[in-house]
Amino acid sequence: MNRVSSIPPELVIPSGAAPLLTVEHLTMRFGGLLAIDDVSFAAGEGEITAIIGPNGAGKTTLFNCITGFYTPTVGRLTLRARGEAFLLERMDGFRIAQRAHVARTFQNIRLFSEMSVLENLIVAQHNELMKASGFTVTGLFGFRAYRNKEKEATDLARYWLDRVGLTRLADINAGNLPYGDQRRLEIARAMCIKPTILCLDEPAAGLNPKESGGLNNLLNYIKDEHGIGLLLIEHDMSVVMEISDHVIVLDYGSKISDGTSLYVRSDPNVIRAYLGEDETEELPPEIVKDIKSDFDPESRGGI
Amino acid sequence: MEYFIQQLINGVTLGSIYGLIAIGYTMVYGIIGMINFAHGDVFMIGAFLSLIAFLVLGIIGITWIPLALLVVLLVSMLIASVYGWTVERLAYRPLRGSFRLAPLISAIGMSIFLQNYVQLLQGARVRPMPPVISGGFTFLEGSDFPITVSYLQIVIVLLTIALMTGFALLIARTSLGRAQRGCEQDRTMSALLGINVDRTISLTFVMGAALAAVAGMMFVLYYGVIDFYIGFLAGIKAFTAAVLGGIGSLPGAMLGGLLIGLIETYWSAYFSIEYKDVAAFAILVLVLIFRPTGLLGKPEIEKV
Amino acid sequence: MMIESNNNPRGIDIAGLLKESAIAALVALGLTIVMLGLRTVDTTTGLGITTRWPLVAVAVISVFAGRLLFAFRREWKASKGPVSRDRKEEEDRAATIIKRFSTIGGPVFIAFALVLPLMPFADRYVIDIATYVLIYVMLGWGLNIVVGLAGLLDLGYVAFYAVGAYSYALFAFYFDLSFWVCLPLAGLCAASFGVLLGFPVLRLRGDYLAIVTLGFGEIIRIILLNWYKFTNGPDGISGIPRPSFFGLEFKRTAVEGTQTFHQFFDLDYSSMHRLIFLYYLILILALITNFFTLRIRKMPVGRAWEALREDEIACRSLGINPTNTKLTAFALGAMFAGFAGSFFATRQAFISPESFTFIESAVILAIVVLGGMGSQVGVAIAAVLLIGGTELFRGLEEYRMLAFGGLMVAIMVWKPRGLLAHREPTIKLHPDKGPPPEAIKAVTEGEGK
Repeated sequence: MNRVSSIPPELVIPSGAAPLLTVEHLTMRFGGLLAIDDVSFAAGEGEITAIIGPNGAGKTTLFNCITGFYTPTVGRLTLRARGEAFLLERMDGFRIAQRAHVARTFQNIRLFSEMSVLENLIVAQHNELMKASGFTVTGLFGFRAYRNKEKEATDLARYWLDRVGLTRLADINAGNLPYGDQRRLEIARAMCIKPTILCLDEPAAGLNPKESGGLNNLLNYIKDEHGIGLLLIEHDMSVVMEISDHVIVLDYGSKISDGTSLYVRSDPNVIRAYLGEDETEELPPEIVKDIKSDFDPESRGGI
Repeated sequence: MEYFIQQLINGVTLGSIYGLIAIGYTMVYGIIGMINFAHGDVFMIGAFLSLIAFLVLGIIGITWIPLALLVVLLVSMLIASVYGWTVERLAYRPLRGSFRLAPLISAIGMSIFLQNYVQLLQGARVRPMPPVISGGFTFLEGSDFPITVSYLQIVIVLLTIALMTGFALLIARTSLGRAQRGCEQDRTMSALLGINVDRTISLTFVMGAALAAVAGMMFVLYYGVIDFYIGFLAGIKAFTAAVLGGIGSLPGAMLGGLLIGLIETYWSAYFSIEYKDVAAFAILVLVLIFRPTGLLGKPEIEKV
Repeated sequence: MMIESNNNPRGIDIAGLLKESAIAALVALGLTIVMLGLRTVDTTTGLGITTRWPLVAVAVISVFAGRLLFAFRREWKASKGPVSRDRKEEEDRAATIIKRFSTIGGPVFIAFALVLPLMPFADRYVIDIATYVLIYVMLGWGLNIVVGLAGLLDLGYVAFYAVGAYSYALFAFYFDLSFWVCLPLAGLCAASFGVLLGFPVLRLRGDYLAIVTLGFGEIIRIILLNWYKFTNGPDGISGIPRPSFFGLEFKRTAVEGTQTFHQFFDLDYSSMHRLIFLYYLILILALITNFFTLRIRKMPVGRAWEALREDEIACRSLGINPTNTKLTAFALGAMFAGFAGSFFATRQAFISPESFTFIESAVILAIVVLGGMGSQVGVAIAAVLLIGGTELFRGLEEYRMLAFGGLMVAIMVWKPRGLLAHREPTIKLHPDKGPPPEAIKAVTEGEGK
């Protein structure tokens, strides 16, 4: 009656956490291009799961499949949260956010730039507000139910604005914020849909070390205080190694490694994927060491 | 059956004209991803240029038809190209990277401007043109339904084939064609590789305008009457042709043009002539809904 | 030489400027030499040609001079060094002015519109024009929902206007219904058409949507033109009944058993009564459109429209149903066009397909674009200028559309969001004060250090 043995090895979560998102045999083909080839993994509840891999490994495509922007060619995506199970591959794009509460951010930030910071967060709560406004009809006549709900929505927005430090700037246009603030605002906006899982596409891209440290705190806060599972694509190894509970490595659309950050860091498959098969022998040892240290937060700490 | 064949011939002729205009839409769409709403009006200007050139040649006394055709063709292509270039330079180039709706609105403004510009300069009334090329072959002369292929129809179809061939070679073989295909794929990268993107886009407009001018000349010769409003309908139909063939695809534009020409001709012949314009619009809507990539287009992958 | 270079650290390359202007002049020559220089005229023996070379010369010279001035000004500014700071301040100042203007302008505009018929100069002609302008104000506000808020470029807006006008005319003709019954019906018809047309096409990308709506507009017009039995084709429908004032008709003599407006209020009969009544009617309809728009902007659906305009992909990632949201904008915009259409029908008492050509759509779009997409006051002002202005300069009728087209291009190049585009957030966290400027500065500059 060993429970673990009934789980296929590719779906094992190292910490033994309950699975939040299970991806099984996911394949995505664009014409002749095989972007993702039979990838399976599971992301645990209340954990930070990182997906890493060289450029073109299929990370963003994987995200787009999970969040409904692409319909996978083959595969099953199951989300288990709040006592329900959703088969994401069968849902219309926007329904994944609406019903299953899968939230995401984008690699190249997508804010509503001509709308204010606060409005961005209110728009994220559209579906709840829409119901409270009687699908606009009662709202137009100023019924109290809608006004109360709008106040609630503002409170939630303020809560997240406080967390990302943008409360003072709530009324200026999102497009006028500096880059780092825009990244944080996008995360705050995603949190306003009250997600079951938060998918972050390179949240640390373009951030300076200080901002990047702040980001780590924010992500840990989301995980610890709200118990929300996070799935993140990241290039910045210091972020990945520091905060991830579980790392999945993709290369050329296939999964090549899966485990704790400690395990992945020493997996020869991963090192080969990042350094190339033949080059490892030709490169001077100090460069190889340097690249390897990229995976190692301790050796970076001294910089 | 004879009636059917006669309509086939008429449809192919009309389709050639639409196809030539459609190339301008499809090329511009391929390179800057927008509908050049003013393209139909450049075609209309081409038709007016040809009409005026024919009249001037008549006054000067050049009546040898091949020479007259050649001169008219060159004049209208040249001047229409200047229009194409100017339209791009004034209405589209300053708007690259602007607010999403801006280039579209600017294009519509340009289209309205050009229509009224021609109306103001050349008058609002329909301009008739005496037939330049007359005569033709008649088959089945004795029967009830003789089939006529006029010399003009032959000229139109042959000229279209010649231009299409030349144009296909231009795109496939020359450095300009390569630059253009490069810009279609990735404008930033092309610029980094030393391609003058602005110039390539300008030349795309110029080529589109030149082909539209040829279509304009054919239109004058074939229908014998033009007014400042012909660009609107012809433009929409040619755009439909481009979409039907698969926007961005040159053979698609020509195929789409032929199909639209045939559909319109048969529709008028067998159903109702009043609703012939509805046919083109209906096809446009159906294609966009059910097969937005058209017949020969490549699927577009949404970039997230 | 020394002195000049002292004054102008970068110097101005006069030869270069001349060359640039000469090229522009050459292009102008190419554009005008045939189209302007030669004109086709009807003669007894067919078409002839007249020449207008002096006009070509004028055109070429003015392009040369204009380009030279423009280029000189540009170089001169550049030679004075960077001016980005000034420009930023200038923009801020302009934004403040526009903001103040928008808040004060609205009430002033409404107050003026309310008292206009009482003004001493308000004769039949003035009221007539004002009514006509208000129809366009209403259409502009209606289209503003679709284009300005939801960012959907609708080039066939006039189709819904036509549906409204014809549904009133036909309801009145076939079922003998009164204006007050038909008005909501016309709006409903237009809105249903909006849903019907919108449903299949609203998932298309922006420019496809534009051309499909253009096509729909034409289809509706062609059907109205050719379905002779039903719509009377190009002859149009005449004798459309006039509206009554709560059952009181505006007639000299009453029908047996009823009273007329002037009898009831014990006034002398005047045909002005009806005109003023129509004026107030369209004013109220337009204001309803306006208040509706202002209110719905603060509703979730209104915010979703604006969000869709900004970024559809982000909207989908937040669980907003893009098709339904767009559809509501499309249908509501169509509904207001339907109201305006049925008012148009009752005012004219005659309609024909000629009133609903693409040009009308273009004029309404020009009003929205010029006024500033999403700006209510801007749209009203643009309608007054474009419609009222062209009424005043009747002699220049033929230049009207030329100017509209040119203006649309110029506005897009100069200010893509429109002249009076100023957007106030629909909800504020700090409603009383604006954000402290030093806060913005601190954040902007503080980052990255």
